Amino acid sequence: MTISDLRKTTVAAGTSEGAQEMKPRSESTAKELFREVGAVLRMSEAEAAQLADTGVVSEDQTMIINMGPSHPSTHGVLRLMLELQGETVLRCKPIIGYLHTGMEKTGESLSFLQGGTNVTRMDYASPLNNELVFSLATEKLLGIDQDIPERAVWMRMLLSELNRMSSHLLFMATNGMDLGAVSMMIYGWREREEVLRFFQKVTGLRMNHNFIRPGGVAADLPPGWRDDVLHILDLLPPRLEEYDVLMTGQPIWRERLQGIGVITKDEAIALGATGPILRSTGVAWDLRRDMPYLRYDDVDFDVIVGTYGDAFDRYSIRLAEIRESMKIVRQILDRMPKGNFRIQDKKVTPPPRARIDESMEALIHHFKIFTEGFKVPEGEVYVAIESPRGEIGCYIASDGSSTPYRMHVRAPSFVNIQALPHMMRGGLVADAVAVISSVDPVLGEVDR
Amino acid sequence: MLHDCPVGDSRGQTVVFIPRDRYLGVMKKLADDGFTMCVDLTAVDYLSHPGRSLPEGVQAERFEVVANLLSMQRRERLRVRVQVPENDPTLESLFDLHPGTEAMEREVFDMFGISFSGHPDLTRILMPEDWDGHPLRKDFAQGRIPVQFKGAAS
Repeated sequence: MTISDLRKTTVAAGTSEGAQEMKPRSESTAKELFREVGAVLRMSEAEAAQLADTGVVSEDQTMIINMGPSHPSTHGVLRLMLELQGETVLRCKPIIGYLHTGMEKTGESLSFLQGGTNVTRMDYASPLNNELVFSLATEKLLGIDQDIPERAVWMRMLLSELNRMSSHLLFMATNGMDLGAVSMMIYGWREREEVLRFFQKVTGLRMNHNFIRPGGVAADLPPGWRDDVLHILDLLPPRLEEYDVLMTGQPIWRERLQGIGVITKDEAIALGATGPILRSTGVAWDLRRDMPYLRYDDVDFDVIVGTYGDAFDRYSIRLAEIRESMKIVRQILDRMPKGNFRIQDKKVTPPPRARIDESMEALIHHFKIFTEGFKVPEGEVYVAIESPRGEIGCYIASDGSSTPYRMHVRAPSFVNIQALPHMMRGGLVADAVAVISSVDPVLGEVDR
Repeated sequence: MLHDCPVGDSRGQTVVFIPRDRYLGVMKKLADDGFTMCVDLTAVDYLSHPGRSLPEGVQAERFEVVANLLSMQRRERLRVRVQVPENDPTLESLFDLHPGTEAMEREVFDMFGISFSGHPDLTRILMPEDWDGHPLRKDFAQGRIPVQFKGAAS
């Protein structure tokens, strides 16, 4: 698509709201460059324009191309508008919204018990973390956040750590695939499937579990769960060593990733980036350690940080985090307490199945909870946890009814994706794929 | 009171209510206090829930912009709530202070129709450019508008 074509489409779709596309260089140079460089580095518009001036301003020498929305390396439907001069990326603008299905609006008409089915579909690579943050926010509004039984808390931790592993294994697969290590794709998927098989045994589903619910979890761990987890823990370490041989130590792999997509500490903080992107710049910030939730302060693990803030650091951090999560899971296995898997508060917990056959009241109670839901006192809370992609937060405002008045999810990918223009500026177009992949966005969560 | 703004407590979380005309100034002061990261910015439309409890001295308006700040040094969170009236839904942009709010402010503009003055690129972000209305407003009911498709063969 040439610039003149682009202008035409922009005009055709023009409304009072303005187009989302990147404007031609001549129309927005200083402002656009300021947005990409000056704002995060805290410089004036003039200084930023000077810094970003590559000596080429003529539109004849540059070309705006669309990458996506349907491109295998965009992990869904992310569209990037890239301004190229030869093979160099001068500017980049991510355009999102292709997967927008109004999940926050839908959340306003689902009860707090049904809400889990909605939020679990946002970040579909780590559904249990989404359910967890929604449940924690609801419990805080209900005022029962201190009363959740120990077994439920430790089960939540077990599932959320295994989910971190499966999500990072998926990253290993897609990162390998994006850079041409196609066998890595098969390996990553194979190992992830082992974890998903365990999820299927526990929750009944491979993804979108709706298993962690306000008040606890939906069911107790099945018989033999310990052996299944041990099987995963025994199987993974040699496989991860294979990854090291296949990727970490390979000169080609390092050449493709080292020094690519560099972001500094100040930029990452200014942009609100969290998770492996922030940690790759050397900031040791992990909500599990720094603002502990569940029982993360009772387990021993390391926060992995990088040094250079490049794509290789982000890759290594995720690989090391799989190992850290396995360390946590082993500790959870040793310490998993006995007891209830959900709170015995009649207000939020349905009666056990056996009681329904004997008692009319239990039947009515069961029916009421699943049709009407439970009322949540008026108020508003924001709860955040560490998802594999960074800080996932849930803001719920309740008006005292059984559905949230407003349910907002702070999606880590949505914020992290803003770092793309900064990482890509001045790089090669071939490295754009490596940079997108290293941010590991899940577009379901970006667009919600 | 924090920087002369009423402070409330919501389930143990600190909330500061900043008047709209002092929004940017107080946010700058908070950033200087150590709240260097703006992790989240969103809004709520209180059209159908007017009687919410607010501390004394805060006049309830239809919209409320909610920003969640984080201090990494002190490991503390602080929530900012700003009342934005229905007849003039505008607020200053935080872009110069926290560039990471760029996409979030665009989302709030898209979903609630609240304009942010000083924002470098205030366009729709999630909805199509030619969409009518702002979906997360309470008077924009689900299913109220027939699904808007463009360019589909009829």
